[in-house]
Amino acid sequence: MSKKQTLVVIGNGMVGHNFLENLVASDIKDNYDIVTFCEEVRPAYDRVHLTEFFSGKSAKDLSMVTEGFFENNNIKIHLGDKAVEIDTRNKFVTSAKGAAISYDKLVLATGSYPFVPPVSGHDRDNCFVYRTIEDLEAMTEAAKSSKVGAVIGGGLLGLEAAKALQDLKLKTHVVQFSPRLMSAQLDMGGAQMLANKIEALGVSVLTGKNTTKIIDGDNCKHKLVFADGSELETDIVLFSTGIRPRDEIARASGIEVGARGGIVIDDQCKTSDPDIYAIGECAVWKEQTFGLVAPGYSMARTVVANLAEQYAVFEGADMSTKLKLNGVDVASIGDAHAKTEGALVYTYQNGADEIYKRLVVSQDKKKLLGAVLVGDASGYGTLLQYTLNNIDLPEHPDTLILPGRSDESVGLGPDALPASAQICSCFDVTKGEICSAIESGCSSMADLKVETKATTGCGGCSALLKSVLDSELEKSGITVNTDICEHFAHTRRDLYNIIMVENIKSFDTLLEKHGTGGNGCEICRQAVGSILASYWNDYILKQEHLSLQDTNDTFLANMQKDGTYSVVPRMTGGEVTPDGLIAVGQIAKKYKLYTKITGGQRVDLFGARVDQLPLIWEELIAAGFESGHAYGKSLRTVKSCVGSTWCRFGVDDSVGLAVELENRYKGLRAPHKIKFAVSGCTRECAEAQSKDIGVIATEGGWNMYVCGNGGMKPRHGDLFATNLDKETLIKYIDRVLTFYVRSADRLQRTSVWMENMEGGLDYLKSVVIDDKLGICSSLEKQMQHVVENYQCEWKTTIADESKLKRFRTFINSDKTDDNILFVEERGQIRPANEQEREHAAVAEEV
Amino acid sequence: MTKWIDICASDDLQADSGICALVEGQQVAIFYASKDKTVYAIDNYDPFGKVHVLSRGLFGDIKGEPMICSPLYKQHFSLLTGACFEDNTVKNKIYPIRIENNRVEISLEG
Ligand code: SRM
Ligand SMILES: Cc1cc2nc3c(=O)[nH]c(=O)nc-3n(C[C@H](O)[C@H](O)[C@H](O)COP(=O)(O)OP(=O)(O)OC[C@H]3O[C@@H](n4cnc5c(N)ncnc54)[C@H](O)[C@@H]3O)c2cc1C
Ligand code: SF4
Ligand code: FES
Repeated sequence: MSKKQTLVVIGNGMVGHNFLENLVASDIKDNYDIVTFCEEVRPAYDRVHLTEFFSGKSAKDLSMVTEGFFENNNIKIHLGDKAVEIDTRNKFVTSAKGAAISYDKLVLATGSYPFVPPVSGHDRDNCFVYRTIEDLEAMTEAAKSSKVGAVIGGGLLGLEAAKALQDLKLKTHVVQFSPRLMSAQLDMGGAQMLANKIEALGVSVLTGKNTTKIIDGDNCKHKLVFADGSELETDIVLFSTGIRPRDEIARASGIEVGARGGIVIDDQCKTSDPDIYAIGECAVWKEQTFGLVAPGYSMARTVVANLAEQYAVFEGADMSTKLKLNGVDVASIGDAHAKTEGALVYTYQNGADEIYKRLVVSQDKKKLLGAVLVGDASGYGTLLQYTLNNIDLPEHPDTLILPGRSDESVGLGPDALPASAQICSCFDVTKGEICSAIESGCSSMADLKVETKATTGCGGCSALLKSVLDSELEKSGITVNTDICEHFAHTRRDLYNIIMVENIKSFDTLLEKHGTGGNGCEICRQAVGSILASYWNDYILKQEHLSLQDTNDTFLANMQKDGTYSVVPRMTGGEVTPDGLIAVGQIAKKYKLYTKITGGQRVDLFGARVDQLPLIWEELIAAGFESGHAYGKSLRTVKSCVGSTWCRFGVDDSVGLAVELENRYKGLRAPHKIKFAVSGCTRECAEAQSKDIGVIATEGGWNMYVCGNGGMKPRHGDLFATNLDKETLIKYIDRVLTFYVRSADRLQRTSVWMENMEGGLDYLKSVVIDDKLGICSSLEKQMQHVVENYQCEWKTTIADESKLKRFRTFINSDKTDDNILFVEERGQIRPANEQEREHAAVAEEV
Repeated sequence: MTKWIDICASDDLQADSGICALVEGQQVAIFYASKDKTVYAIDNYDPFGKVHVLSRGLFGDIKGEPMICSPLYKQHFSLLTGACFEDNTVKNKIYPIRIENNRVEISLEG
């Protein structure tokens, strides 16, 4: 018997499904047996992009379910079965087809239904609503024998439906009850401009029309009769007059519903029954319902967090919208109707170009409260950021909407946004997260989509995402083009092959023979520096390689924020003798360095000036230490657990193997850093499965894992081979690593390399284990060359007078940088902050 | 007449890389483009990281314009104008520099 609880989700729509995805990605997924009821005949699909059904997307394209999702996660889905009753006392759900499922926790995600006004004739043939794929299929069928279509309702969705009717080649009308289109979002000026634009697209717009009945038409199937006596003939009627939450099952089961419908939830998205949650469009929170996906997704996250006993609350949602109607830009942000007390309004109207923009700002003109954009919504992303992140407006807020001036001063380039700025509201992706994804190797919109999910909801954030991407890429010097940079029309892999085939030994030779001219830049210099180092394993500071390294490699230490460096001696496998520790301590004390135990099981010494580095290293080397390569894209650490030597559970000597592996691969340069770990038994205290190479002892030998990653996007390593003896293990590691070094992109960790590898793990196995490409002996030979040519870079440097010259702060003076300043904290130094530095400067003047 | 200040021997320059000089209290980053045999001098201060480190950045060019890439946050500065490629409101000071009789000389006037 499983001790798991049962969690039932009613409704597998956009939000219900998003909830399942979040749940199975969380730590608590194993706590539950998961069951979901899906009334529709197909599992969740993307309603937001429903209209694309008419421009050729199939039901399959719209599906939100990744292949094998339900099976792989052991989710039982009752497809085409509607939950009809909840017995909240005995805690079980019954369905139309007769299933009865006991639950411990229940989540209602029943969405909403399209509201159809009770005008007479509303149920005639060829009268449709616009919500499901079936609705669309029926419309398509009806359109074959129709010429004219009318949408009743001129809101966001109605206008989208009108586009659909046009796509079906019908003469299209939009009939709106209120005097203006999109009355929830737009003011009169904006709505008028929008009507002009829509008409220009060939859709006729009738406002202020109250449909009283639908009767037989004379030339068309139907005739709409309006309260003012006028009429409109049409073959198809499409109702888009709002949605109502589907609360019927809650209502029937005694769960509290709101005065105007909807299942009442609190900040934790709990209903009146403490074991039942409601999320998405069926829920009403503080008397509001939310007809957009983003708030639903945020509710889904809230529930998962609460189930995991992490405190989380739903805090309402931003209802800003941007219309994705072909050729017409419309956007509305925040308080578009200037309802906030004291709000001031700026309006820009350009009749000639049909552009209308309105800004609503706070009384003190400091904050943006809302905006309306018609005809040109290019400023949407920027303006939205002003409201969402409460960013101070420029001195003259109108510069944000005035043409000419605006080009320069909309100014809120992606750089001005704080890391906390939410870029994608559908999936709550912040700029910080996007930057991290870019840093970890994403270099295209497609990569970012996969990595962060941004833009995969409403898509409204794509322009902003692109600008963040461009700006970050530009900053880090990465170009989207696969050419490594403007100096070489080649990828890293090409360059690697060229160097290998032509035996090239220096950057200058490569640039001369294969470059496009110029002097190179930080991208190609570093990439080529890394390739040369992986392949030849020369001394990294050899004169011809010196200019290829970033500061960390040129000074063999990691630069810190204040321009000082950190020093990391190698402590193989995390092992260090008491004498070693004492020596490190004494040296740190002598040079007044900050000391810290790193996440890589060794000691890091911070706050060394560039001129102190050789002195410190001279002492470390004398005490028996070697460079830890913390600065290089190279092997970092091989973490270990105590293993069989001490641990009562240990199966094999994990420390011994870790030390051996670290000694073998130390100094190996690669496209990115490489980390290992070795655990002595399956309890995995060394966390080997989160490393590029992980090894775990078993009774039968070593199990080898590859391509794990901690960091920003953790990835579990894949089990590569089991029960290996040490010799085979090392052979496989040699091959995997050399293959990685040869074929990966620059700055690509093994995890991302694996994710991008065609054929994935099986392919890698076939190359490394079965020698499918016939390169194994060359891979091993190359590794052997690296191993044999290892040198401690610091030892070589210290011994060479001419290299030491570079470590002076000034070429023409023995002084040091007097701008470096430390203060004390918790008994150690830390860099002074700006304020403290200013303070010190003033004190000196006095 | 420009006042030239003697800094160091031309042998002290690092090919396609940087060194730093202290000139009348000013930190100046000096780069030597070995292919073009040209020296450049720019204020060593990194206005983004707010510390004096530009001499330890990577040298190269962008569309033919010699530049230095900050070692901290990787902004690029033109060695011809001192302008930051990423932010046109930021500009570092550039100093006239030359090699005379195997000596590197700089002027703070420019
Ligand atoms: C010192 C240390 C933090 C600490 O105090 O514990 C540290 C410090 C830095 N890490 Fe780390 N990482 C340290 C352990 C880790 C670990 C834990 C581990 O190794 O078990 C991880 C997660 C494991 C992994 O890499 O998969 C880690 C994931 C990162 C990442 C994200 C990598 C990724 O693939 O997502 C970066 C960014 C990068 O490399 O691009 C990073 C980058 C950095 C840099 C180099 C950032 C920078 O450019 O300044 C930091 C400077 C180190 C320095 O100045 O010495 N550090 N970093 C740790 C040094 C370990 C060592 O002894 O060498
Ligand atoms: C054409 C169109 C365009 C849209 N454009 C946008 C947009 O641009 N941006 C945006 O943010 N939003 C947009 N939306 C709204 C968005 O699709 C909804 O907010 C979202 O689908 C709500 O998700 P949900 O899971 O709450 O409801 P749904 O997706 O409707 O899912 C609810 C599911 O539960 C099922 N169900 C109900 N009762 C039961 C029961 N008792 N038993 C079993 N199953 C049940 C229903 O059949 C349905 O499949 C659009 C909607 C449409 C129709
Ligand atoms: S992984 Fe196993 S052997 Fe290693 S410390 Fe943990 S329990 Fe002991
Ligand atoms: S904001 Fe909707 S997809 Fe990003």
